[in-house]
Amino acid sequence: MTALAQRDVFGDTLVELCNEDARVAVLDGDLANSTKSDKVALARPDRFFMIGIAEQNLIGVAAGMAAAGLIPWVSSFAAFLATRDLDQVRVVVAQPSLNVKLAAHYSGILTGFTGKTHQVPNDIAIMRSLPNMTVIAPCDGEEARMAIRAATIHEGPVYMRLTRDPIAGVTRAGKPFRIGKASMLRVGKDAGIVSTGGQTVRALEAAQTLSEAGIDVAVLHVPTIKPMDGDAVVEFAGRVPLIFTCEEHSIYGGLGGAVAELLAEIRPARVIRLGLRDVDGESGPNDALLEKYGLSAGCVHHRIQETLASA
Amino acid sequence: MTAQLLKGVAREIRRHTLRAVHHAGAGHIGGVFSAAEMLATLYFHVLRIDPQNPAWPDRDRFILSKGHCAIGLYAVLALRGYFPIEELETFDAIDSRLQGHPDMTKLPGLDMSTGSLGQGLSPGIGMALAARMTGRGFHTWVMIGDGETQEGQIWEAAFCAARYSLDNLTVILDWNGLQQYGWATPAGYESNARRNPADGVQAKWSAFGWNVLECDGHDPAAFVDACTRARDASDKPAIIIAHTTKGKGVSFMEGDYTWHSRPLSDEVVAQAISELAQ
Repeated sequence: MTALAQRDVFGDTLVELCNEDARVAVLDGDLANSTKSDKVALARPDRFFMIGIAEQNLIGVAAGMAAAGLIPWVSSFAAFLATRDLDQVRVVVAQPSLNVKLAAHYSGILTGFTGKTHQVPNDIAIMRSLPNMTVIAPCDGEEARMAIRAATIHEGPVYMRLTRDPIAGVTRAGKPFRIGKASMLRVGKDAGIVSTGGQTVRALEAAQTLSEAGIDVAVLHVPTIKPMDGDAVVEFAGRVPLIFTCEEHSIYGGLGGAVAELLAEIRPARVIRLGLRDVDGESGPNDALLEKYGLSAGCVHHRIQETLASA
Repeated sequence: MTAQLLKGVAREIRRHTLRAVHHAGAGHIGGVFSAAEMLATLYFHVLRIDPQNPAWPDRDRFILSKGHCAIGLYAVLALRGYFPIEELETFDAIDSRLQGHPDMTKLPGLDMSTGSLGQGLSPGIGMALAARMTGRGFHTWVMIGDGETQEGQIWEAAFCAARYSLDNLTVILDWNGLQQYGWATPAGYESNARRNPADGVQAKWSAFGWNVLECDGHDPAAFVDACTRARDASDKPAIIIAHTTKGKGVSFMEGDYTWHSRPLSDEVVAQAISELAQ
């Protein structure tokens, strides 16, 4: 399948949605040519609102639009949406459960040579702690397309992590996206990976190379981190001797945290969290970043292989 | 409604506020009293609303950005028929629809949840843009306090509203000059009358591209006139700078920052209500 960039999918899908639904609008924090919401600016200028380099106001404007019956998609970088305007997200979006959709572009650490100020590898932890907030991290372009459509129809606030660069497609075209549902992407008996976002693509690659080494690893993709598909995670945990969580995020409070919290209460299991270990990111080429921070398919492969060998 | 009747409504807002705050044990008073005539005039004269149909899509929108003055808003909503007056006694009680700060998920008639200061103007911009995008003719009104203009978001919003020439948006600045603790006067922090001096507020909003109007916020006729001019103006968003007195209506509360929020004794309530009745 073709490698698509989720930001391109975002721009194209929002143009379609503006054409299909009179309530859809896109709000930009002066990053339209990075987030590709400039496609909306060109195709539907009547639905595109540049709000300025002012994220607190950006969120409030979206809340007002939602309160007046529109479906605003706020488009900015994850680093700003998850932190710069957090009080606004908390008070006028999450608490009143308004129908605001947050398109958190450049999520994770693959942000195109920006360094740590533009990386927020703890946004899942922040957003999933807000009551009423739905948190989604699609794995590839096609899943992003369907998730953006599902989020638009969904009643209530959504925080959607999107990534910058093209990523190998693993989702078949037109596969329905159901908020709160996990997908079993690969079966295996020796260990299980629970993953989210683009890291699922790397997890599948790791599982493939492990199978060539005779290690049989299952992969459960959890694109909705909140509400998480608890039944699927618990059932998955019952089928494998140990679990690795895999995300382009801190090991604190993200998917790994959510899975560990759930299993500790319902079905205690050994959970090894693969992600950033209480560190900030930095500038660098994607491949180098993934290697340094232990997120590449090769790193995931080696961590699993070493852990199984020492078990 | 005549100015005399609107003043009567304002008196009722103050009286219900004193009773509700007394009943709840504590609450905000001073900033409600500075806004009482304006709240009365908005809900009984200016706003195009239907209390029987609070979700009417074409209604004017009102956002109380200074959300700590919620009890004043609840009082005028009850007086206008949005809910029974008796419900004001539930203010701040567990399970009440009348939360300490306005919660739009609980009480019909609230157009936005507020409380974290400096945030109310931005949703007003969203509503004004939505009105324009959907071709609806409603006007959006946002009441802010002067204290919360210390928040940067107010100025982000001031810039943005002017950039979009939102002539269907009006800010009402309840300029009472006092806040919870306040700034030192030349005498330091000894005085309770520590009103922030005039600081070029008109010039600031004008420089941001707003149509600046001024009036006495305790004079309903003058406020109606300012609201009419604000609604009718074109090309720019309007701000009505309303000169007000914090704690207005009760002699010992006027201009004293300590009445921003505090518990009320039986004696204080009795004395205050007797002053209001005069």
